[in-house]
Amino acid sequence: MLPYIGRRLLATIPVMAVVAVVVFLLLRLTTGDPAAIIAGDNATSQDVAAIRTKLGLDRPMAQQFVIWIGNVVRGDFGESFFFKKPVSQLIAERLEPTLALAASTLLLAVTMAVPLGVLAAWRRGSWVDRAVMGLSVLGFSVPVFVIGYLLIYLVAIQLAWLPVQGYQRLADGVGGFVQRLILPSVTLAIVYVALIARITRASVLEVLGADHVRTARAKGLGDVTVLVRHVLRNAAVPIVTVIGLGVALLIGGVVVTESVYSIPGLGRLTVDAVLARDYPTVQAVILLFSVVYVLINLVVDLSYTFLDPRIRY
Amino acid sequence: MAVAEPLPALVLEPVVDRGGVVRRLARNRSVLMGGVILGVVVLLAILAPVLGTTDPARVEPSLRNKRPGAEASVRNADGTQTVRVHWMGTDSLGRDVYSRVIYGARVSLLIGVSVAVISTLVGLVIGIVAGYVRWVDPVVMRIMDGLMSIPAILFAIGLVSLSRAGLRTVIVAIVIPEIPRVVRLVRSVVLSIREEPYVEAAVALGARTPTLLARHVLPNTLAPLTVQATFICASAILVEAILSFLGVGIPPETPTWGNIMAEGRALFRIFPHNILFPGILLAATVLAVNILGDGLRDMLDPRIRKRL
Repeated sequence: MLPYIGRRLLATIPVMAVVAVVVFLLLRLTTGDPAAIIAGDNATSQDVAAIRTKLGLDRPMAQQFVIWIGNVVRGDFGESFFFKKPVSQLIAERLEPTLALAASTLLLAVTMAVPLGVLAAWRRGSWVDRAVMGLSVLGFSVPVFVIGYLLIYLVAIQLAWLPVQGYQRLADGVGGFVQRLILPSVTLAIVYVALIARITRASVLEVLGADHVRTARAKGLGDVTVLVRHVLRNAAVPIVTVIGLGVALLIGGVVVTESVYSIPGLGRLTVDAVLARDYPTVQAVILLFSVVYVLINLVVDLSYTFLDPRIRY
Repeated sequence: MAVAEPLPALVLEPVVDRGGVVRRLARNRSVLMGGVILGVVVLLAILAPVLGTTDPARVEPSLRNKRPGAEASVRNADGTQTVRVHWMGTDSLGRDVYSRVIYGARVSLLIGVSVAVISTLVGLVIGIVAGYVRWVDPVVMRIMDGLMSIPAILFAIGLVSLSRAGLRTVIVAIVIPEIPRVVRLVRSVVLSIREEPYVEAAVALGARTPTLLARHVLPNTLAPLTVQATFICASAILVEAILSFLGVGIPPETPTWGNIMAEGRALFRIFPHNILFPGILLAATVLAVNILGDGLRDMLDPRIRKRL
């Protein structure tokens, strides 16, 4: 196991390196001169040159990359052009809403999608199956922000059950925190539910036909026991895999959902930073999200041996 | 035994292709349904000028924020009055939402199709090279792994920020994150095909690499690529709408579904129609392409059908 974890960790290094190079190039390939952007409209060419030297923009590209990556590893993402403070501080301030939204969405999606997928597979061909599959295609097709606005319109405006938009920090009261998190989480969960339910159904269908399931039934075990202990357990690997891969969808969705619900999180920060051409912030957020995505999938890979003891490395 | 018995002729029933490709495709319910809805949207896009639309960019300050179904009389250049019904209402600049939604179909379809075609072609070339040239493979695949670990929408947003917003920038920004998925697919097909006995036979007979690729490898990539291209098209339409909606996509004066909705955000609580109508059309179009893709996959790739 340990050598496997070691090898798997080593394998993420080239992936991370490519991500780092791409993200680095994102800033360097811009049409505008970052130094000129920071200096502003009234700057003299001396000012621009001074800033360029300060940021190291006058050095060779490779050297710039090494300096940049060295800083990033130490948690220094540079100074935001727009917000005029360290990017790392900016990210720290925006972290809580995004984490809260992502965690509640993940929880909601998995608890809804897995039972739905199992049910669809178990009652294959029935109306339940068709409804789940139909809704899952629909879930893939309706854009996150349309779902978001529909929910706001129905639940928050017409029925007035929940607050329309905004975010409340956990420290300012649990009630308001949860209330304001419900709609965004549901909005964001829909695509994710569609994805997970589909794979769960496919994976469970494959296991349902297996000999050990027939044996379990034959010895008189109840449906629930068979489904949970014998079927779901064996169907777990593809489901967990797709939960990991789906994090990419989740991250994309976070950006949109936070804009729809005016949640001051990292997704909102990304959009604001892009609109303001605040490249250090854009870079940092993309890098951060990508690293999180790679790490989550690393954990997923490592979990295979626990989920399925037959998998040995 | 002096003379060998002639081998009994192998009677192979020729596969009868009943009624051509179109008929066969139409027999699949998903393909038919997706195709029909998509066909309607394509017709809307092509016929946009004759469907009772006005100039989708015409700003009419006196007709701001009309609700769906509102009538408004417009003074023509020659002094006569025409009564127009804005049956999808108008936006906060007084532009007719119906006209904008219909013209918006053009941009969405254009982006969906061009992203699908470009990313499939580029991915096909890279994938074949990776699958065929052994020393290139690990390098290319590590790069693809890296590109794939940047969440697609985030990647597109980052790429868009690089240069001036416009149709071309948006297409490139959506194409680049899609390429790695195509490369992986093509490479996996190439790797499995090159182990097939008939390919080995062709190699033994002295077939040269270009012939091999054109005659044996390319045809095998066609079915999975068609399916993949359909899904890329659906996702591209969605991503474009998201980019425009976030304000980082196509310039706001161009009527696209995302732009109409972005424009409608501010007054959404009072005038939800600006988001509702383009949203419905967008969802219907993407749904149609997805259903079409599901149907094509069932028909063209029996292996996947068994799994899903």
